[in-house]
Parts: sequence; structure tokens; C-alpha cells
Amino acid sequence: MSPLIQYSIDALNLGCLYALYALGVAMVFGILRLVNFAHSSLIMIGGYALVLTAGLPLALRVVITVVACVAAAVLLELVAFRAVRGANPATLLVTSFAVTIAMSSLAEAVFGALPAAADVHPALRESYSFGTVYVPKLNIATVVVTALLVGGLSLFLTRTTLGLQMRAAAADFTTARLMGVRTDRVISMAFAVSGVLAAAAALFLLAASGSVTPGFGVDAVLFGLIAAVVGGLSSLRGAAIGGLVLGVSGQLLQSFLPVEVKPFRDAILFAAVAALLVLRPQGLVAKAEGVRI
Amino acid sequence: MLQIADLTIRYGGITAVHGLSVSVDEGELVALVGPNGAGKSSTLAAVSGLVTPAAGRIVFDGESLVGLPPEETVRRGVALVPEGRNIFGSLTVAENLALGATIRRDRRAVAHDVERELDRFPILRERYGQQAGYLSGGEQQQLAIARALLSRPRLLLLDEPSLGLAPLLVDAVFDTIAELRRGGMTTLLVEQNATRAVALADRSYVLRTGRAVRSGTAEELGGAAALASEYLGETTEELPA
Repeated sequence: MSPLIQYSIDALNLGCLYALYALGVAMVFGILRLVNFAHSSLIMIGGYALVLTAGLPLALRVVITVVACVAAAVLLELVAFRAVRGANPATLLVTSFAVTIAMSSLAEAVFGALPAAADVHPALRESYSFGTVYVPKLNIATVVVTALLVGGLSLFLTRTTLGLQMRAAAADFTTARLMGVRTDRVISMAFAVSGVLAAAAALFLLAASGSVTPGFGVDAVLFGLIAAVVGGLSSLRGAAIGGLVLGVSGQLLQSFLPVEVKPFRDAILFAAVAALLVLRPQGLVAKAEGVRI
Repeated sequence: MLQIADLTIRYGGITAVHGLSVSVDEGELVALVGPNGAGKSSTLAAVSGLVTPAAGRIVFDGESLVGLPPEETVRRGVALVPEGRNIFGSLTVAENLALGATIRRDRRAVAHDVERELDRFPILRERYGQQAGYLSGGEQQQLAIARALLSRPRLLLLDEPSLGLAPLLVDAVFDTIAELRRGGMTTLLVEQNATRAVALADRSYVLRTGRAVRSGTAEELGGAAALASEYLGETTEELPA
């Protein structure tokens, strides 16, 4: 029984992380139809913000990191994406790749290519143990913070005027504008939200790995993107569920595959994703759009 | 109140509207009628800011609307009910109505206006908390009109409100338009159902391939029968040069 609990806890942890990455990507995609690969740059910026503030109290570091990620997200939209707004998806995607490469080159020039080490909090390296089950405090923090962020985000989207405007813009941007929804405002807000999610991702990634490189966050966003596609890229609920499903399956494969097959874990996982998309191209969560004439 | 002068709209190499001039006075109901591709919807799109005209003037209340994005024209007092309704199907009826009042800050007056629209369209009150995508076509049209009215427009643009509706529902839509007109709403109506639109409107413009070929009251246009024959098309200028 206890290994099963152990596996579930590990799986839930990875699922929450992937959900966090996927939500950051889906937030921007929902409004702009932009596959924002540069979400990884935001995570990288968050990572360096945590490195540079090492030694300050954790609460202050978190605030600085969130502010840095949100500011970077809004600025990236203003500088890089506003000019290509409404361009075809390929142009948008290439722009987001260009931003990612430019940002990681910039980080390399400023901080060097070597890993910059920093601790998030010593307590996050400890574990609670219940008999033979070990629960790292980091996993608990990941699950709790992700749950709070998802809850907060859904309250924001369903209970506030700006949230309603963002859902309307995601559903039909032109009609939302006819209602008076201001384009720049909802787009900036979508990027700002993705900045908050990137800051959280940076925190947990750094706590797990202990160091930041210019390529920090790239793998995370790759998995986030795949997770978002698995769930259904155009809905936030889909992105969150896709993240959970991909993370849980990845971790379960990791736990149960025979040792000699383990190196092929991601290959098996992505083959399953490909198979899923053949069967259900719209993703796990189809858009609940009632159509009746 | 609204003056459109020498309006020209191009999409790539195709000219949809050629130097069209239309005026709407305060309190008037003006209809643009004509076959598919006559440039009716393009004209409304230009007024509401969805497309930028290649040439011409659009003046509303003494101020030019040309180049303003739709989120600004609605703030100037122009509301468009788009062709195909374009309600937010994944949102509730209540949320759709709330979005109609996006530009307003006077919450209590908005709540009062929502009540008025729910009185006008009782089915919306019944479906208030439901997803708007599950409404029938006629109900969606009512929602789209109610939503547009919640911005308190001074000029209402209606794009093909009867399109795709069963005859009984078409009657209901024209009843609503008549009622709004009695209430003094200035309206520019685009319709393929020319006979009904012309009969109801104060004045009408008959459009063909982007030009106004005739205009006037129902009597001046010779009544519905004459218009119907005009649609069968005995004109010599079928295609733009």
C-alpha cells in the first residue's frame, strides 16, 4: 500500500508542475492564438530574479520575482508581440522563438552560460516521513500553491469584470471589441497572468534543481505546450487537466517501467500523446460550445 | 446624425463599396437593402470600425468615425448587432448581457436596463443563467439585440437580423425593430428581406454591387412589388468596371 501512496504523491507533484506550465501557455493562446514559446524566457527571468535576491527573506524574493516576471511578460508583449498582432500563426510562433533565443543570449551575456546556483528555502529540501512514505515539503508546496493559483485564477475569470472580458475575448475577439472590450488591456492582462504563473514555475524549478542556466524553463514550456495540446489548447480547464494527466502519466511510467526501458520514458509518453491526438484531435476537453439553430 | 459620404471599401483587389453616400437623421429608421454582395454589411462594418474604408467620410454627431477601432465607436454611441448574432455561446445569457454594458460605469442604471431588456424579451429571463449557446436562433437574436441596447447606443446598426429565422420569428424581430423605432431609437438596418424592411423603414437605399441605385420612402420606391422585380435584375450595370 505505501509505495502506491508514494507514487501518487510524486505523480500529483509532477502533474501540478505541468499544469502550471500549461496554464501559462494556454492563457496567452486563448486570447491571442499565439503559441508563446517565450513563456520559457519568463521562467528563466524568474529564476535569475531568485538567484540575484538570494539572502533576502523568502517573502520579499517571491514578491520581487513575481513583479519581475509580470513586468517582463507585459514588456515582451509590448515590444515583440504587439507589432505582429493579428499576423498568421506561423509568424507569431517564429516571433516567440526569436524572443526566446534573444532572451537566453542576453542572459548568457549578462550571467554567463554556467549554472548560477541558489537555494529557494532550506526547508523545501526536507521531507515529512510517514512510515516508509516520504513526502518532500517541496511537493506539498507545489501542490498547495498550484491549487491556490488555479483557484484564484478561476475566481478572477468568473467573478470580475476584467475576467469576464478576457473570457469573451478568448471566445470571440471581434465581438468582444464591438462590446467595447479594450484589446490592449485584455492582452496585457493575459500576459501579466502568464507572468505570475511563470514566477511560480521558476520558484519550484529552482527549488528542485538548485541552479539556473540561460536555457532554464525551455524543457518546462515544451512539456507545458504538449500538456496544453493534450487537454485542448483553447480552454484553460483543458490545459490544467492536460498538465495533470501528462505529469501523472509521466511519473507513473517513471515508477513502473522496467529499468532498461526507463530511458525511453518520454518517447513512450509522446507516442501515447500522438495516439491520443489521432483519436481526439481536439484534446481531452473539447470546447463546451452549444450549437443549435 | 450619421452622414456617410463617398464611402469606398476594398478587400485586397475587390471593391465591395463604390462611393456610397447614406444619411440617417435622429430618430429615423433607415434600411439598406439589396442582394448578396451589394456591400450592405461592409458599410455597417465600416461605420462600427471593423474595417477601415479606402476612401470617404463617416461622420457621426459631427465627429469622424473613420479609423476608430470598434471599442471606440461603441463608446461614441454606435452599437452593431452583427450578422449571425455572434453571441458568446460558452458564456451565460447573464454574462452576455453584462458584456453589452462593458462601456458603462453606472451599475445601478445598468441593472435597471437589464431588467427592461428581460421584460422586453421574457425568454431571456427564463434562460438567464444558462449557456447562451443553447438558445435557439430566434432567442439568440433577441439576446444580441438586448446586448447591443445595454450600451445605451444613440445609433443602432442591425445586420441581417432576420437571416436564418423561421417566419414566425422573423415577425417577432420586425416587431422588435418597430417597437424600438417608436421609442425613438435611430437605426440603420441591413436586410435581405427587402419587402419587410422597406415597408417598415422611414427611408431606404437599394444597393447593388456597392452602389446606391435608388433611395427614398416606400412610396417613392414604388412599393414592395417594384422592389421585388428590381431584384430579379433588369439593370445594365451588373458588374463594376
